[in-house]
This record gives sequence, C-alpha cells and structure tokens, in this order.
Amino acid sequence: MTIAYDYKTRTSYTAEAAKERAAHKTLLQHAFEPSLPERGYTNRTLHIDLSTLTVTEKAVTEQMKEIFVGGRGFGLWYLWNAITPKTKWNDPENDIVISPGPLAGNTQYAGSGKSLVVTLSPLTSIPVDSNVGGYFGPLLKFCGYDALEIQGKAERDVVIVIDGPKKTITIEEAPDENPDSHVAAEVFTHEYADNEKDFVNVSVVSAGKGADHARIGCLNFSWFDPRRGAVRLKQAGRGGIGLVFRDKKIKALVVHGPKMKADMNRAVNFERTSKVGRKLAKEIHDLDDQQNKMRAIGTAHLVEIMDAYDLLPVHNFQYGKHKDIDKISSTVWQRRFTQGIFDGCWYGCHMACAKGADCHKVMTGPYEGHIVTVDGPEYETAAGLGSNCGIFEPDWILESNFYCDTYGVDTISFGTACAFAMECFQRGILTLERTGGLDLTWGNGRSHVELLHQMARGEGFGVIVGQGVKWMQEYFAEQGWGDLPFMRDIGMQVKGMEYSQYQSKESLAQQGGYALTNKGPQHDEAWLIFMDMVNNQIPTFEDKAEALHYFPLFRTWFGLMGLCKLPWNDIEPEDNAKHGKEAAKVPEHVYNYLELYAGITGKEMTPSQLIEQSEAVYNFQRVFNLRMGMGGRKSDWPPYRSMGPVTKEEYESRAERYDQQLKDLIGVDPEGKSTEEKMALHRAWREDRYNKLCDAVYIRRGWTNNAIPTLETLRKLRIDFPEVVAVVTPHLR
Amino acid sequence: MITVNGSPLEWHPGMTVAEILKVRNYIFRMLVVQVNGDLVKRGTYDTAVVPDGADVQVIHMISGG
Repeated sequence: MTIAYDYKTRTSYTAEAAKERAAHKTLLQHAFEPSLPERGYTNRTLHIDLSTLTVTEKAVTEQMKEIFVGGRGFGLWYLWNAITPKTKWNDPENDIVISPGPLAGNTQYAGSGKSLVVTLSPLTSIPVDSNVGGYFGPLLKFCGYDALEIQGKAERDVVIVIDGPKKTITIEEAPDENPDSHVAAEVFTHEYADNEKDFVNVSVVSAGKGADHARIGCLNFSWFDPRRGAVRLKQAGRGGIGLVFRDKKIKALVVHGPKMKADMNRAVNFERTSKVGRKLAKEIHDLDDQQNKMRAIGTAHLVEIMDAYDLLPVHNFQYGKHKDIDKISSTVWQRRFTQGIFDGCWYGCHMACAKGADCHKVMTGPYEGHIVTVDGPEYETAAGLGSNCGIFEPDWILESNFYCDTYGVDTISFGTACAFAMECFQRGILTLERTGGLDLTWGNGRSHVELLHQMARGEGFGVIVGQGVKWMQEYFAEQGWGDLPFMRDIGMQVKGMEYSQYQSKESLAQQGGYALTNKGPQHDEAWLIFMDMVNNQIPTFEDKAEALHYFPLFRTWFGLMGLCKLPWNDIEPEDNAKHGKEAAKVPEHVYNYLELYAGITGKEMTPSQLIEQSEAVYNFQRVFNLRMGMGGRKSDWPPYRSMGPVTKEEYESRAERYDQQLKDLIGVDPEGKSTEEKMALHRAWREDRYNKLCDAVYIRRGWTNNAIPTLETLRKLRIDFPEVVAVVTPHLR
Repeated sequence: MITVNGSPLEWHPGMTVAEILKVRNYIFRMLVVQVNGDLVKRGTYDTAVVPDGADVQVIHMISGG
C-alpha cells in the first residue's frame, strides 16, 4: 500500500533532554572491559546491587551452560540463588534478571533478538519469565555480558547505564525525565547515543507511571527504527515485572553497545548459520504473502480467524465470536499499519512483524493531541483490549494500546482484568458507585482508557483493576459485592496470572496448555487448539499428554536461546505438508534450529537432545514454584469458564452444540432437561475430563499424581542438586 | 456421507475440497489436506473432487501464540 501520510510525523520529547541529563547525579561509576562472545557466550554476568551501589561480575560456569543453557534458564538459576522461600516480590533481594541466550544477537536467522526477563512475580508470587524483543539483550551481550542481574533498591529514581564503547557502568540519579516509556525511551536514547547515527546502538528498558501502581506492570524494551526516525517499543509483558522494576526505583536501564557487525556472536561456523538463515529468508520472501502475511499485518492476522473458529474471546471469554468482527479484523489493521517499511525488532528478521500504527492522534489524558506511533496492536492486544471488552472501535484499541505501553501496563493482563471487571459490572457485582462513577458497560472505550489514567495517577478504580483478576476476586468478595465461587468461575486467572486471549472451552488440550504451565496461563508454552479441537489429531488423553509434553518443551527452548517463536511456525516450508500429522512440528525448521545452534556453539544436537535441554529447566522451574509455596495439582486447576459454560446465556448461545455433546459424548438425552440441569451435567463431565488429562500429563512428564517431579526425573535431568531434592522430598512422602 | 476431521459431512457428487473448506468455515490459510491419506496440493482445492465415503483430513498448522 502506498503510504498516504507522512509516517515520520510524531511529537518529539527531546527538547529538554540536555537539561534533564545535566540534572543527573552520578552515584557510581565503574570501569569494565567489554568483550564479544565466543560461540554465543561471553561467560560473564553483570550483577548490580542498588542498595549497596556495587557492581560485580560473576563467571558463567560450564555447569550453568550445560544445565541451564542461557536466557530463561540463567534467570531462574540466578533467582533461585538470590531469594529464599520467604522472599516477597518487593523485598530487596528479589532479582530482575535479563539474559539474551547464546543464539541471541545473530543477524543471520530471523527472530534472533530476544531477551528473557525473570523475577519473582507480584501477581503470582512465583518466578515469572517473559520473552521480549528490542535491542537490549543483544547489545548487552555485545558489551560483554550473558546476563544482567539487578538486586536491591535505590533510594531515588536512577538510570543504570552500561556503555560498552566508553567502558563504563554508571548509576545516576535521574530526577527529571518523564518515566512514561514512549518519552523515556526517546529521551534516554538521545542522552546516551554519541550522535544520530549512533541511536541504533542504544536500547532503553523502562516502565511508565502505571507500573508504579499496578501488579500487571510490564517493561518496555526499545530499539531505534531508522526508517521512521522513531524509538520503538516491545514489551516484557507478563507477570508484573514493571512493578518490581519501579519498586527498585529504576527509571531506566540503558545499554550503549558497539557498532553492529554480522558475526558479533563469533560463531564456530558462520557460513553454516548464514546458509540456514538464507534458506528461511527465502521462504519468508516467497511464501509469507500466501500464508500468514506476517510482514503486512503481524500477528493481528489472527483476529478474524479466531472469530471464524469460535475462539476469539468476547465479553470476558463468554463467547467466541462477534457480529462486529469486521470492524477490528486484519484488513483494518493492515490499513492502520504503515506498509512497505521493514518492521523487524532485531537485525536480519525478515518476518518483520513488529508493526507500527503511525500518526495516531492521542484522544485523552496527558498526551492528548500528541501524534504518536503505536507499536501494535498484535493479536493478543487487539483481542484483549478489543473483543474481550466488547470494544470494536480501532481508535479506542489503539488509544489503550498506546497508554498500556507508555504507562508500562501489560495489554494481555489489562484486557483480561478489564473484561472481568466489565462482566462484574454487567452482573451488578460492580456498580457506578463502586467504580467511582466509571461506566464499565461492554464497549465503553473511554472508560477503558480512563482506568489506565487512574492507574498512572495511582488513584481510583483503575488501581484496583491494576492489581489483577485474583486480587479483584478476593477484594470484591471481602466487600460483600459478589459471590467468590462465581467470581472464581468467571475470573480468567490461574496461579494469579491472567489468561491470554484464546477461548479454550472446546479444547481440553488447550485447557491444559494454559493451566498446566509453570508461570501461569500464557500461550507461549502450548497452543494446541487447532490440533485438538479442529484437526482432531490428539483424541486420547495420552495423545494430549504427549502434545503437552513436546510443545511446551520445544517452546521453552526459544526462551533458553534468545529466539522468537514466530519464525518457527508462522511460516512453513512449501513442502511441509509431506510430514502429514507431524507437520505441526515443522520438522525442517527444527532442523534449522539445530544447524543454527551447532553453527554458533559448535555443539551438534539431535531433536530429542533439544527437548532434553528444555526439560531440565522446565522441571527446575516447577520445583522452584514448589519452593515458593505454590505447586501440586490444585495449583493447576483452571477457572470453569476456560472449561465450559458458566452461565445460562453462555450455554444457550451454543445450545445446539452443547446438547449434541450431551447425546454423543456424555450419553444423556437432553430432552426435557432444564438449562441448569444440562449445565451441571456438562460441568461434571468436563471437570472429570480435565482431571484425567492431568493424570496423563503428570505421568508423561515424570511427575507424581500431585504434579511433583520425582527424584528419578530430577536425576535423569541432572538437576538433582541437594537443594532441589530438599524441596521435593517432603512432597514425595 | 464423508468424514472431515473425524466428523460426518453430507456428500454430493462433484464435491470439491474447496467446498468442504467453505462449508466448515475453514478460513485459515496454513492447511494440509489429505483425502483417504493422499495429499491434495495447495492451489488444486477448487478442482480436487472428493469421492463418497472419503476420509478427509484438514490439518491446521499450529500458528497462533
């Protein structure tokens, strides 16, 4: 599409940057010797304690690389050693660990710029890991560090600057910069780049004012987009990491890296990595337009597809489709996203799905009238902020997308939390009086965004929504506003984390794909709806258990390596169909990853060894949950709305389907039965099936019937460290 | 009658793969279609005729997430 407007037009925030920089007070300046990785690793971790203002380095040991690999694995290992079972999210010892992984930063293979962030979550009280694009992780690595570990708390707002070219790490009080991320990222980029050409070598991590008050706070990772002349943002969204970041009084993390070259990872066999990368680039070039159109629409291509399969969350996951879907479908977003411009969030990513909606004129709040580039919406955001809240107006979705990002609020959790609040409003659990006058009727975009403004100001009902669904359920019950069991049925959270935006009622495997996760219901572990519900490929409990073994572990591997999942299965080789039922694994792309891994690290690996790498970290995280007091079968139990119809309206909206299921699957004639009776039959059947699924999954994963990894499993995976065994042993008696 | 992904579908003479996808509202683009175990190439769905009694598999790739 021809660009019909000047997509480079946007409000600038740098007029006061020099003055703001001059107000900094340096608390610590530490000299360091930058280094480039060898075979993907620098073998050093940077540790910063903000309470004692100390900077130290830790060696990355061979054992760490063997067992924990990198990325999420390193984060979990450092966090394990940093905290105790009694640590709370806001204790100084809580860590924020950012680690890019050994394959991150290569520019040969699409989707190789990811960072993994790990902390003890304010939402769940267990470790959370979040996968994010932007340049920070790779530039950190090319300054010399496989991971950054931050403990302690500063007294006042600080910026931490890791400057490779200048060989310094500084901690500076930064009193004047606006923390809101679209401003902070631009201002700090200007402050720490040497000149305009150097903007691309700076990345900023920040969280805005919303993250000061919300357990659903997120982090924004920036990169400079030279075509737009704009600083762009990607989010480490899940689990409230933004709140931990702001609780430590970090206004921003800045990395200033060296000038990029092709082989900064210093691969063992660079040509091998290039060859496999070129093959994928050609596939994307030749096939993307016929497949998912990721380059034009990004993941927003899924909106109308999910609607067509009755999988789109509508009105707090009550329904799976909506008559107004055309108003927020991919064609709408394709028009809003500037076309014909490369949108990769790391060098060499031909997938280029980090779409930007330029020239959005902000309609409300402190930035009203400003012209901004909105990063997204991706599918999750369009569904979460849109259909799930009954909002089918793209301008309001863009408005709340923009404010979620700049205020540092996770769009997925915000969407699900708002949807819960809106259903409570629908059912009289909330009233205008209880919301402070906010009308939370479905589709009210203005109220939706006002919740975000309140969150950022630390006042009003917005702060309550910002605590997440679990907190709201308990608070509303304490106030005597609603029935707790009913709110637990409709509140879409497991382990304290909000669901991402897929309807799972008709896919038992996806019910497990959400609720059997380690960190909470995020689709990055397993997305099995098509395999299960549509393809009918995994009909037995054992089939589903096998899928819930393989796919979560395969996807975990991306988080160990610093890779994006999308180039794995949002593009596929032209002859992928030849693999038949195995095609969902995209076997040729699995081979690509083995090539990439061997090319960079020099280590040859089989597909089963890839899974074993993940399995050790995955099981370690499960034990970590147990160590923090969350574990066992009960922690894997989902809200009933993810399994079946909670209300009469839900049942009756799909009565034909549910009645047929009563006949065909449950063996009961629905004739003459009331809706309530039929709902009760469904619930008993669906909950029983979920229990049987758990039985099968736990066996396949090498866990007890109470979801505890056995000692044999720990030994097999070589994570039977004494402290790990000590956590598990009492639960095995 | 034919079966599509394990569930029955009324058949008529001359029925094509494209018709089946339309009836089932399978609008997703990343599909693998097999009729009685034989792969149907993309681009031929409009002309690929499905016989009565056929076992049709329309495998949707994962995508999503």
